[in-house]
Amino acid sequence: MPAVLEISGLEKTYRSRRRGARKALDGFDMVVESGQVHGFLGPNGSGKTTTLRTLLGLITPNGGRMTLLGEPVPGALPRVAGRVGAIVESPQFFPNFSAHDTLSLLADAGGVGRQRVPEVLELVGLRDRANERVRTYSLGMKQRLAVASALLKKPDLLILDEPANGLDPGGIREMRTLMRGLAEAGMTVVLSSHILAEVQLICDSVTIISRGRRVAFGPVADVLAQHAGGGVTVRLESADDLSVAAEILIAAGARVTPEHDRLVVSNVEKPAWVTRTLAERGYYVSELAPVKVDLESVFLELTQTAPVAGQARQVDDSAVAAPSQGGWGV
Amino acid sequence: MSLPKAEVRRLFKRRVTRIFLAITLVGLAIFPVVFMINSKTSSPDVRAAAELQANLEFERATAQYQQMRTECEAAKARGETGLDERYGPNCGADFPPQAEWFPAEAYLPYEFNFRDEFPASLEVLAAILAMVAFVVGASFVGAEWNSGGMMNLLLWRPRRVPVLLTKLGVLVGSMLGVTAVVTALWTVAFWAIGRFDGRLGELTSGVWQSFGLTGLRGVTLVLLAATIGFCLASIGRHTAMALGVGIGAIVVSEIGLRIVFELIRVQFGDRYILSTYLVAWFEKSMTIVDYRACDFISNGPCTPPEYVVTWQQSGVLLATVLVLGVFGAVWSMRRRDVT
Repeated sequence: MPAVLEISGLEKTYRSRRRGARKALDGFDMVVESGQVHGFLGPNGSGKTTTLRTLLGLITPNGGRMTLLGEPVPGALPRVAGRVGAIVESPQFFPNFSAHDTLSLLADAGGVGRQRVPEVLELVGLRDRANERVRTYSLGMKQRLAVASALLKKPDLLILDEPANGLDPGGIREMRTLMRGLAEAGMTVVLSSHILAEVQLICDSVTIISRGRRVAFGPVADVLAQHAGGGVTVRLESADDLSVAAEILIAAGARVTPEHDRLVVSNVEKPAWVTRTLAERGYYVSELAPVKVDLESVFLELTQTAPVAGQARQVDDSAVAAPSQGGWGV
Repeated sequence: MSLPKAEVRRLFKRRVTRIFLAITLVGLAIFPVVFMINSKTSSPDVRAAAELQANLEFERATAQYQQMRTECEAAKARGETGLDERYGPNCGADFPPQAEWFPAEAYLPYEFNFRDEFPASLEVLAAILAMVAFVVGASFVGAEWNSGGMMNLLLWRPRRVPVLLTKLGVLVGSMLGVTAVVTALWTVAFWAIGRFDGRLGELTSGVWQSFGLTGLRGVTLVLLAATIGFCLASIGRHTAMALGVGIGAIVVSEIGLRIVFELIRVQFGDRYILSTYLVAWFEKSMTIVDYRACDFISNGPCTPPEYVVTWQQSGVLLATVLVLGVFGAVWSMRRRDVT
């Protein structure tokens, strides 16, 4: 499938007289293929919003290459902007205009027919509140309006930064359905979110960013598989035997993490090796299961942002990836 | 629909624009109403009444004068002294009331004179509209930046400078339209007062040309104020930036500098004051006189030195401010990240 979004070696450094220079993006790479729902994940301050803003021409990069829909940006942005719908960070609208006025002004400015306005308002569930001032809207309603504004021009590529922020559970499910429906209709969706369970459900592929660099990318299933580590969980007939069993497996070369009533064993070629090794020493496995990983655990592992008891993690305390060697689109 | 049309819609949909225009129109309407109420045409009846009043006042003054002289002569007969201080030399015989001291005009009610008084009213109109244009201009782009509307717009129209200049063009065009309409209504209202409740005066083509030039200067000032408000708010990305600079300029220039120049006795200090150039812009020139240079008590008559600020100098200053403002806004729009 052709790539609709490609970023290679993107760099952005914020400079401040007081605080000096801070690299927000440090050679970041990203590829999104056509028709996908692509998750864009990263801890706070990792560079997600900077990437999206740079891609959309709001921020000038210090280096790197970007294309949108096959056109180099920011140079070709005026040509492709009509095919890219985006919301960046929290939804911001002029508070004294109604949703209808807000969208109709955008439609006028962008050369989109005003008949599209009620269509998108219906789509995001704001039809009956369309003539109320945005000032009176909840965060979730503003979020719906933001999505409506992004959908207004029937884009080929939809970029949504935290679209589920402030939505109620029903809204989150509606958003999920909407994303899938749009992708099935041929639209490519880039979704930045911290609700990782949602991303795992919705997205075909992901890119994970930490400290301005890509730390993982690819189809969701592949990313999960790469980080499952081939580990297994082991339960014995008697939980009292777990410590002895752990010593046996470690002595045999496995990596073992004892948990409350089980062992998590990794660095083993085949699960059968575990049963055989323990059985030879007279310990019998009652349960042997592959370790299941979810996107959240992979994310926390890759970005090293898992909470540690007794420590207050700071925003920039996340993993630093080695400089990417992949280059353009790799 | 194009961006300019969308921006015109946006400008006039905004509450600040609507409220300020409504308040301005109501406020401006008060002026002709007050003039209309106070101005009375000097009809023959009114003039006759004024002449009668003038005669009565003259007769009353003459009677008082006669009574004063009688009292003075009586006092002189009693041998009192110090009468010159109380009644003047020779019991005031040299200063009887004169009829010309009581002209009928002094007893006529106020009569508006369109030819003489309309230019000053145009200056008032321009000053009020300029203030409104400054606030509307600043708010038009400042609120857009502050609310995130500008970012949303740039996602649709990524060419930043054309977007900014389109907005500025829409603002200037709209303010030009509003100013033209309001000035036309203002002219008609005051002409009508002069025609039906006062005097028009001799309205030659030269007079109308002069009115036109004054109006043109006023329109220029209004558009300049709108542009400067817009540019300052765009540079600061907030309406408050423009309002702060505006208020700061007034406080520093009109109060602070005046006090400092007075204290350190700067010759022609007013040439560094902003309002001097605004007055010169309207009045064609403004003469600043340095009265401190003359010591009339010690040295007698003296012609104090003068410094003339011309409208051309004002034009250069205003053009410089305009260019710097627009350049700053465009540079800021091009170079700064939208975060």
